[in-house]
Amino acid sequence: MRQRAVCARCHTVLIAPRRKAGKQLISLALTVLILIVAAVLFPFLSIGAGGMHHDASILQAAFVFEGGLSVLAVAVLFFIVVIPALRLLLLIYVLAPIIRDRPPAPLARPAFRLSEALVPWSMAEIFAIGCAVALVKLSDLADVAFGPAAWMFAILVVLVVATDSLMCRYSIWASLDQ
Amino acid sequence: MRTARDMGLVGCTRCMRVAPLGTALCPRCGSILHSRDPMALQKVWAWWLLGLGCYIPANLYPMLETRTLVSTQSDTIVGGAVTLAQHGNWGVALIILVASVVIPVAKFLVLAGLAFGVWRGTRLSQARQHLLYEIVEYIGRWSMIDVFVVAILSSLVQLQALATITPGRASLFFALSVIFTMLSAQSFDSRMIWDSARPPDDQEDRQP
Repeated sequence: MRQRAVCARCHTVLIAPRRKAGKQLISLALTVLILIVAAVLFPFLSIGAGGMHHDASILQAAFVFEGGLSVLAVAVLFFIVVIPALRLLLLIYVLAPIIRDRPPAPLARPAFRLSEALVPWSMAEIFAIGCAVALVKLSDLADVAFGPAAWMFAILVVLVVATDSLMCRYSIWASLDQ
Repeated sequence: MRTARDMGLVGCTRCMRVAPLGTALCPRCGSILHSRDPMALQKVWAWWLLGLGCYIPANLYPMLETRTLVSTQSDTIVGGAVTLAQHGNWGVALIILVASVVIPVAKFLVLAGLAFGVWRGTRLSQARQHLLYEIVEYIGRWSMIDVFVVAILSSLVQLQALATITPGRASLFFALSVIFTMLSAQSFDSRMIWDSARPPDDQEDRQP
């Protein structure tokens, strides 16, 4: 059973079997959810220059957009916290009955469809690269240091990418098809 | 190549299940099924125009306002890169120019080219068109990095009198422009690329 299906047109791998991925996915998703909560609350980066010092958390980064720009604060918060977290919650909701060989949860199909539609809008990894760019820009002017949340966020990004590549969408859809 | 359409089937772009042609909703996931989305090009152009409309003010208004002890400076996207280059930071300046000017403009051009290509025909091969589409769809969300950098810089550089950075109006327009171009790319039905070149013999005849 080591077969895989490949697109006849562009040779992208369509289906490759991954056994027991369900439990690993759920444990990864739970880990990432805990990390998201922690990464939001703790200071993310700190800066020091000329005797002054300042900490910033992810929440503060989103809420710098004030007044006419406050729509953007909500959008940024959604892109880097709410949507990644929502996707994982939906994934756990869909997978939990499947891995115990129970019938799918009510509304599991719309839930997984929503989770899939949100993929392009979940931008945690882009925010992480954005931090690197900001650090490069500031490194000449001030001392910038990572806070605890930055490390959590770094691990989180790796785990989010791992979750996405471990997930076999085809078999999840197939198990929802009964 | 035998496609689902030849066999009287329609595939769901969301969950990959096939259903008989004419089925309105995917029996598995409930998405709306189209063998080709008849409104695709209209949606692409509508979002494209909105995106372009937001990209113009994004370049005219300041992206960042830097207040230091001695001066207050507001920089547009291009202006900021020029300032950095004048200070000798060629690398960072180049990255900013590529990420916020070259890539967005290229995205607008490629999307317009693809939409025009499936409407009026094109000389690009199908494989090349698919590749271009995948690049545009993949790269789209990464443009949001600019907005995140602005957010991080402004939340971090709050050193009272010494230096403060606040986001400018352009950040909102830039974010909207990225969102609209992402929606434009998502509305494009890449299966239309297959139609433009079918049947294959026909296309060979057209070549001189």
